[in-house]
Amino acid sequence: MAMTMSGDFVLPADKETVWAKLNDADVLRVCIPGCQSLEKTSDTSFSAAAKVKVGPVGATFKGKVTLSEIDPPNGYRITGEGEGGVAGFAKGGAVVKLETVEGGTRLTYDVEAQIGGKLAQLGGRLINGVAKKMADEFFANFAKAVTPPAA
Amino acid sequence: MTATGIGAPVRRKEDFRFITGQGRYTDDINQPGQTYAVFVRSPHAHAAIKSIDATAAKASPGVLAVLTGDDLAADKVGGLICGWMIHNKDGSPMRAGGHPALAQGKVRYVGDHVAVVIAETYAQARDAAEMVVVDYTVLPAVVDMVKATQKGAATVHDVAPDNVVYDWHLGDKASTDAAFARAKHVTKLDIVNNRLVPNPMEPRAAIGDYDGGTEAFTLYTTSQNPHVARLVLSAFIGIAPEHKLRVIAPDVGGGFGSKIFIYAEETVCVWAAKKVGRPVKWVSDRTEAFLCDAHGRDHLTHAELAVDDKGKILAMRVKTKANLGAYLSTFASSVPTYLYAPLLSGQYDIPAIYCEVEGVYTTTAPVDAYRGAGRPEATFVVERLVEVAARQLGQDPAAFRKKNFIRKFPHQTPVIMAYDTGDYSASLEKALDMADYKNFGKRKRDSARAGKLRGIGFSAYIEACGIAPSQAVGSLGAGVGLWESAEVRVNPVGTVEVLTGSHSHGQGHETTFAQLVSDRLGIPIDQVAIVHGDTDKVQFGMGTYGSRSGAVGMSAISKALDKVVAKAKKVAAYALEASDGDIEFKDGRFSVAGTDRSLAFGEVALQAYIAHKFSGQDLEPGLKEGAFYDPTNFTFPSGVHICELEVDPETGTIRIDRWTAVDDFGNIINPMIVEGQVHGGIAQGVGQALFEGAHYDKDGQLVTASYMDYCMPRADDLPSFAVGTTVTPCPSNPLGIKGCGEAGAIAAPPAVINAITDALGHEDVTMPATPQEVWRAVQKAQRVLAAE
Repeated sequence: MAMTMSGDFVLPADKETVWAKLNDADVLRVCIPGCQSLEKTSDTSFSAAAKVKVGPVGATFKGKVTLSEIDPPNGYRITGEGEGGVAGFAKGGAVVKLETVEGGTRLTYDVEAQIGGKLAQLGGRLINGVAKKMADEFFANFAKAVTPPAA
Repeated sequence: MTATGIGAPVRRKEDFRFITGQGRYTDDINQPGQTYAVFVRSPHAHAAIKSIDATAAKASPGVLAVLTGDDLAADKVGGLICGWMIHNKDGSPMRAGGHPALAQGKVRYVGDHVAVVIAETYAQARDAAEMVVVDYTVLPAVVDMVKATQKGAATVHDVAPDNVVYDWHLGDKASTDAAFARAKHVTKLDIVNNRLVPNPMEPRAAIGDYDGGTEAFTLYTTSQNPHVARLVLSAFIGIAPEHKLRVIAPDVGGGFGSKIFIYAEETVCVWAAKKVGRPVKWVSDRTEAFLCDAHGRDHLTHAELAVDDKGKILAMRVKTKANLGAYLSTFASSVPTYLYAPLLSGQYDIPAIYCEVEGVYTTTAPVDAYRGAGRPEATFVVERLVEVAARQLGQDPAAFRKKNFIRKFPHQTPVIMAYDTGDYSASLEKALDMADYKNFGKRKRDSARAGKLRGIGFSAYIEACGIAPSQAVGSLGAGVGLWESAEVRVNPVGTVEVLTGSHSHGQGHETTFAQLVSDRLGIPIDQVAIVHGDTDKVQFGMGTYGSRSGAVGMSAISKALDKVVAKAKKVAAYALEASDGDIEFKDGRFSVAGTDRSLAFGEVALQAYIAHKFSGQDLEPGLKEGAFYDPTNFTFPSGVHICELEVDPETGTIRIDRWTAVDDFGNIINPMIVEGQVHGGIAQGVGQALFEGAHYDKDGQLVTASYMDYCMPRADDLPSFAVGTTVTPCPSNPLGIKGCGEAGAIAAPPAVINAITDALGHEDVTMPATPQEVWRAVQKAQRVLAAE
C-alpha cells in the first residue's frame, strides 16, 4: 500500500553545512531512528539496516539506499528499498530540498513509499502515524547534528 | 413422533463438549515427536523468484528442514487441482495454470507459499522463517478484474495470456434477445457482489504423519470432506496411494465452504512428514487465514430484465465477470458458472434467460465456494432486478413478485434446473403477514418524524441444494460424483453406530442423524453414535457442503436403515418362530401380527449376533448394512425474507428493525437446529450486505487482513429474527428434505440492499453498505430530491 508524507523543517545552519551532513553516512546513521548500520557503497549509494516497529509488526529491514537528482547544495532524491523478512518490505523515496531562510536553512521533504506483506496487513492503518513519528525523530536528531556546538 | 425422532427440537448432543472446551480439534491433537511447520509467504502480489537462500535458516536452532518448490518438483509431487472442467463458448477447455503447493519460479498473490521451515518448536520455525532470504523480481500486480483482461495487463499464468480463465455462457441468446426487442420495459442494473473472507472460528490446521514400518501416511486436517482430500492427495497430487493414506477430520470449527478445498499447507505437511521422518504440524494464524483461505463472491455484473406491458417478466440477460484469484482452487471454476447461472430464474416464470460469465485470473487469493457458492450471487442479481423493475413500473414489489411466481410443478427453467415442488405464494403471504407489511406506511411515517428514513426490502430466493445427481454434474464437468454413503452397524446390545460420508463442522449431524435412527428404530438417541471424518472408519463419502447432508447424506442412512430393518425382521421371524411376512416393526418392537409375541429391537440385535435361532446357511449372522444414495435431482429450498430497517441520514448508520424469514425447507428433522442455521445464515448475509469486504490496494496488498480492518457482524447489529416455515415435502429424496444450511446467507443481502434503496429512493448503493457508503448515498438522494 502506498503512503505519502511531506513536511519542512528549519535548521540552524547554513545550506552548505546541511548539505554536507545530508551526505555524511556517519551523521545519517545516528539520525535515522532504529538504524543499525549505514555504509557508503559508492558516492551515491549506501547499504543500510534499520529496526522498525509498526504496531504489532517489528522487523529489521535490510536494503540499499541510492541518491539521485543530486543538485549540491540544493537537494537530492533519496530512494531505498528494504526487505524485512516475513514482516514484508518497504520501498520508496523522498525528494529533499534546501533553501536559505532567515535563521538557517529550510529543508523540505516529500516522501512517497510503498509497504507490503505483514506490514501492510496489520500495520496499514498505523503506518502514517509511525512514519510521521519517525520523520519527526529523524529531523530532531538531524537538527542536533547540524547545530554548531555551543561556544 | 418420538421424543427424539423426526421433527423433535432435540438439543444438540455435541454442544456439551463444545461449550465445555472438550471438543477435539486438529490443534488439540499432538503426536509424539511432532515438529512444526511455518510457511515463508510472498509479501508481493506478483514476482519472479530469482533465488531462495535458506543457509541461515537451516543453521538456525532446532531447524530440521527448509523445503521449497524445487524439492516438491524433485519428489514429483503434483500440483493442486481444480476438479470441475468448464468449457468456453467455443467448446474449448478452460485455461488452468499450474498450482504447485510451494511456488515454482513465480509468486502470484500476497501470501503465496514460497518455502516451508520445519523445526522442533513453533517459535524456532517462526524465527528461522524470518531468515529465509528470497530474492524477488517484482512484476506488475493484476488486481482489478476489469483491467486484468485489458491490453497492457501483466499475465498471471502463461497459459492464459489475457488472464481469461474461461468465457462461458448458458441459455438461449437468440430467444432472449428477441424477448428484449419486444419488451415494453427494460430494467438495467450494474451490480457488485463484494469479495468476502470466510472467517471460520477455527483456523485451518494440519498434521502430517508417516509410519515408515507400514509406509502409510496419516493426515489430520480441518476438512469438510476428508475422503475427497484423500482422493485428491492420492490420485492427483500423488503423495500416497489411497490405501496408504488415512485422512482424519476431527471436530472442525466451521467451514462455510473454505474447508472443502485441498490447500498447499496440508499437502506440504503430509509430504514433509516423510522427508523429516517426524510428524509435521501446521496451524494457521489469523493473518494467514485472511490471506490464504479461499475467498468468496467477487463478481461484477450487468443485468437486464425485460417486462411486458402487463408486468410479466419476459426475459433476463446477465453478463458477469468473476474474479477467480491467482490460482484455480478445488471447485473455483464451478461457482460462478454451474452453481450461479442455473439459479437466475429465481422463483419466477421467465421464458428466456441468457448468461455470460468471464472467469478472470488476478494476483489475489484464490476465490472459491463460500456459504451459498454462486447461489447468493444469482439471488442478488435476480432479487435486485425484480425489486427495481417493480419500483420503476410503480408496482408493489410483493405483488410484482407474486404475479411472476412459478405456480405449476415440476417446472423446467430455461437454465438447466427442473424445480420439483414449491409454493412460493404461501411463503410470501406468510412473510407479509408476519412482517405486518400492511402497517409499514405508518411505521415509515413514525420514523420520518424521528428524522430517520425507513425502508423495507424483499428477497424471494431459491437455491439448488442437496447436490447432486452424479450423472447430471458429471455431464456439466464435475470431476466427482456427488452421491453419499452410509453404514449402519447395530451392536449386539442394540446400540447403533452410523458411519456417514457427510462431515459435521457445526451443522449438528450427531443430533439430527441420530434422530432419524431413533425415529426409524425406536431407540433413544443416546444409543446412537454418529461416526464421521475418518477415512479408515467410513468407507467413502463426499462430505458436507451445498446443504447436502440432510437431503443426500441422511437419505443414504435411510436406505441403510431400510436394509437393517428388513434383515432384523428375518432374524425376528426365526426368533419368534413366525414367517417374515407376519413380522411387524413398530416403536422399536418386532411383533408377530395378531399375537402378543414380540421382541425389542435390542433383543433382535442380540439374536442376530448369537445366531442360535437360525442356521448360517439360511441367514447371515450379524446386523450391519450399508448404502450409497445418489439423488435423483437437486432440491430447491426457497423462501421469502423481509428486512425492515432505518437509515440515519446524518451518520449513514443502519439499524435493522425487523427481520422476517419464511422458508420452505421441505420436511424438517430438528426445527431448533434448522432455526439456528437460518439465524447464522442471515447474520452472514447481513455481514456481506453491511460490513464485510476484502480489499486489495493497487499493488495487490490485502489491506483488510485483520479484524481491525475487516468488519464482521456482531449480535448487536442484528434484531431478533421472526422465523417461520412453510412445507412442501421434497419429492426427490425419501425423507422429503430440501436443506437449510445456506438459505439465510443467500436470502439476506438483497433483502438488506432492497430495504436501504427503498429508504433512500434511488438504487445507487453498493455492498458493503457501510455508514460511509450509505452517507454518500444519502447525500446523493438529497441532491436528487433538490433537483426535482
